[in-house]
Amino acid sequence: MSAVQVKNSLESAVELGSVVNDFSITVGTANGSGSQTSNITLLRALFKMGIPVSGKNLFPSNIQGLPTWYTIRVSKDGFLARREEQEIVVAMNPDSFSQDLADVLPGGVFLYADDIKIPINRDDIVVYPMPVNQLVKGADAPSSLKNYVANMVYVGILAQLLGIDYDKIYQALNFHFKGKQKPIDLNFGVVQAAADWAGKNLEKQDPYRVEAMDKTRELIMSDGNTAAALGSIYGGVNFAAWYPITPATSLVEALEEYVAMLRKDPETGKNTYAIIQAEDELAAIGMAIGAGWSGLRAMTSTSGPGLSLMTEYAGLAYYSEVPVVVWDIQRVGPSTGLPTRTSQGDISMVYFLGHGDTQNVILLPGSVNECFEFGWQSFDLAEKLQWPIYVLSDLDIGMNQWMAKPFEYPDQPMDRGKVLWEADLEELSGQWARYKDVDGDGIPYRTVPGNQHPASAWFGRGTGHDENAVYTEDAGEYERNMARLSRKFDTARNLVPKPVIDNMEDADVGIIAFGSTEPAVQEARHHLAKAGLKTDFLRLRAIPFTDEVTEFIYAHEKSYVVEMNRNGQLHQLLSLEYASVCAKLTSIAHLDGLPMTASWIENRIMQEEDKK
Amino acid sequence: MADQNTKTRGKVNLVGLTKGDYRGKPTTLCQGCGHNSISSQIIAASYELDLKPESIVKFSGIGCSSKSPAYFLGRSFGFNGLHGRMPSLATGAMFGNHHLEAIGVSGDGDTASIGMGQFKHIIRRNLPFVYVVENNGVYGLTKGQFSATAESGLTLKGHGTNMYMPVDIAWEAVVGNATFVARSFAGDPKQVKELLKAALSHQGIAILDIISPCVTFNNTDESMHSYAWGRNHEVALHELSYVPPMEDIIVDYAEGEMIDVTMHDGSTVVLKKLEHDYDPTSRSGAIALLEEANRKNWLITGLIYIDTEQPSLFDIYNLTDVPLNRLKEHQMRPPPESIDQVNALMF
Ligand SMILES: Cc1ncc(C[n+]2csc(CCOP(=O)(O)OP(=O)(O)O)c2C)c(N)n1
Ligand code: SF4
Ligand SMILES: [Mg+2]
Repeated sequence: MSAVQVKNSLESAVELGSVVNDFSITVGTANGSGSQTSNITLLRALFKMGIPVSGKNLFPSNIQGLPTWYTIRVSKDGFLARREEQEIVVAMNPDSFSQDLADVLPGGVFLYADDIKIPINRDDIVVYPMPVNQLVKGADAPSSLKNYVANMVYVGILAQLLGIDYDKIYQALNFHFKGKQKPIDLNFGVVQAAADWAGKNLEKQDPYRVEAMDKTRELIMSDGNTAAALGSIYGGVNFAAWYPITPATSLVEALEEYVAMLRKDPETGKNTYAIIQAEDELAAIGMAIGAGWSGLRAMTSTSGPGLSLMTEYAGLAYYSEVPVVVWDIQRVGPSTGLPTRTSQGDISMVYFLGHGDTQNVILLPGSVNECFEFGWQSFDLAEKLQWPIYVLSDLDIGMNQWMAKPFEYPDQPMDRGKVLWEADLEELSGQWARYKDVDGDGIPYRTVPGNQHPASAWFGRGTGHDENAVYTEDAGEYERNMARLSRKFDTARNLVPKPVIDNMEDADVGIIAFGSTEPAVQEARHHLAKAGLKTDFLRLRAIPFTDEVTEFIYAHEKSYVVEMNRNGQLHQLLSLEYASVCAKLTSIAHLDGLPMTASWIENRIMQEEDKK
Repeated sequence: MADQNTKTRGKVNLVGLTKGDYRGKPTTLCQGCGHNSISSQIIAASYELDLKPESIVKFSGIGCSSKSPAYFLGRSFGFNGLHGRMPSLATGAMFGNHHLEAIGVSGDGDTASIGMGQFKHIIRRNLPFVYVVENNGVYGLTKGQFSATAESGLTLKGHGTNMYMPVDIAWEAVVGNATFVARSFAGDPKQVKELLKAALSHQGIAILDIISPCVTFNNTDESMHSYAWGRNHEVALHELSYVPPMEDIIVDYAEGEMIDVTMHDGSTVVLKKLEHDYDPTSRSGAIALLEEANRKNWLITGLIYIDTEQPSLFDIYNLTDVPLNRLKEHQMRPPPESIDQVNALMF
């Protein structure tokens, strides 16, 4: 193929190459076809060019065959939320070809593998066919790898068309293949061949290009699950039990990878940790709670269906007061729902997880860096409060690569909470009681197995107990104990991370959100402000709600609560807590399995504002 | 002084404790409940083995049986967890300090119904753990429903006739690769105690299926979980005596009449054969024996199977000698300079 058939009667409204570092690319492939390496290579190369960039894998629950997409946003201004609108679409999969074609914005670019013989019925876009088979045939790849490297063709062609730096592509491949020369050369060879072909055969007709910037030099790229695992390691995790479930699996996989490197005793080479793959989530949480009870920094990670299996143990840990950290990487429910799609739909369940009167402490990381920070802080909190700490991340933060600040070493020494060892008991002449509120903060003292003092032992139980942990059904004892637990929840209010508040001068309304929606909210605020609506923004980072949340709600006539679920779960929890002023809160909730976009938030808020 | 102490406190063992130091709170179970006599033997075995109560951790699930850890070893840590989920709790907890001994008490409902999954998996992992099933064929605490170990065709007042085949806990344990499987009868305190002592010396999972009659809900003469049936149908495999490692092992039984089993801690279990020439180290032999017993309606008691070669869970995990729950911050948090190394590993 020499001449390129460009179906194009485009009135060149935009100058060639005039849109720099500000567009979205989506690649449509078949699941399991090995496109991940290509996509992440593009993402990393752009990142290394100093351009703010984000990448999101929009994949089905399937190992091989179903359509899957990867969307990259390049934004010189640093707006990195997913966009609905796609300037550049790469179609590698006949099954999604028609949809992919329809998704290109007018004036946008459509690249496709030229063995797909589906008519192209649009004349408002630039079309570039890619001779994928021909280029792969030329590559020096074993036949088993041909399909795999086929995806490198679009990397090379995009690099040529957009001006992506080949050195950076090489760096990305070098990192991906951990310096192994053979696969690096094979893949880079295809990239180069494709780029050469494009240079000779494609005439650039579109306005999009990239240009090196200096906006990522201080940054790293990581996913939230890796960050959570590393944070947990720096938090001194001793014990993790888990059961595989997307999107939580990669958290413990990362833990296994890094803990072996960071947590061997330097002298003996022995392990200061243990990780067990349990038979199910009932056992995973049971093991973690057993370990927490016996004085270990213990954790588990799961997603919605796993959490529901953990409920009975969650109630036991709340009532018997056992420290443990539970990561919930949220995906779309109910039931198996959309297991590979992102959501913020577990917040109500987790808040009440248990039975009888339970109220749980929840941390809400909003970035890769917060996954790291909450990774270690959650252990301090769990041990200080002697309770489970639930950390709610989601698939988008957890499994996608994000630009992040380098991880920072914990700025606080470990806080192991109120644990009495032999010497402490000696000093107390053995006088202590497991569930006695000595300090008035609702937090009692505890001992852990192995303590050799004859007065150290106590009997943990999920049944009614007095201050000495002895069985009782006494009405007064029961109520006093439950009141203490409430007091402890109030103590937690002063210990959990405070919200991040970002105000505009003379703002008209407030926005409350949490977790992975932050980039979309920030972009929406930018656009709303341009349109004349100024907003203050509170990004919630924990439950129970701190004073700052109360003040924010009272200070605003109206606040929108933005979240990725159907029912407006955070809005419901805020309405319970702030019942007397809940009319100030308006729910803006939406869940379709895809990461939140700024335009959806803007539109919904403008609709609401128009009602006024 | 010491003498006086001994006089007022009663006889002390090698760690200077009296039997009273091994007791727990007064029982709240029914009088005559088989579970109580098992508690007494746990007290006796721990005392006789000179174990420090502070170095034993107790666990249980939910049921009458699972209440009993409150009634022994009052100076030991314990956790009465969830119905059917004792194994996971114990597994995690024992990582806190892997030098401690662990005893768990469960019921037949707790183990063979709701807890069958965790029962099988704690066996696979070979956690050093004495797992006692106080097997009465019914749910005592919820008032006498059939459990999964109730024999098919058994009729109980108020609950009709059980239509299903029973679960044989010892057989499940052998098939599941347990490294120590024994059965006994609560009405045979001596055998219960000797088996408990052997189990406590075993470095791996030790399953003790102890028929423990519920005098309130399942004590009809036809039920194999009753005292009368147990006494009439019990066939002891061996006369068992346990020899602690600190004593010389003196055996003067005639050749061919006994098998010594040396435990990992150096102690020895001496099995005196009664009826059969039985080798408890053969899994196929154990399975055949249990098959035969079921066919002939025998209640086989004694050490059914033992394997002292399998690595325990803690052999596999290569943990520091210092218990994990006594590690200091500098042993748990990587040093500051490592963070640059970690960041360099990110892209
Ligand atoms: C999740 C759960 N389901 C049901 C119960 C109710 N329950 C308490 S004890 C028990 C049965 C106990 O039977 P078993 O383990 O044989 O003990 P036993 O009382 O016979 O010693 C049941 C069903 C419970 N506590 N938890
Ligand atoms: S009901 Fe049965 S099992 Fe429960 S305490 Fe009474 S005799 Fe024992
Ligand atoms: Mg029972």
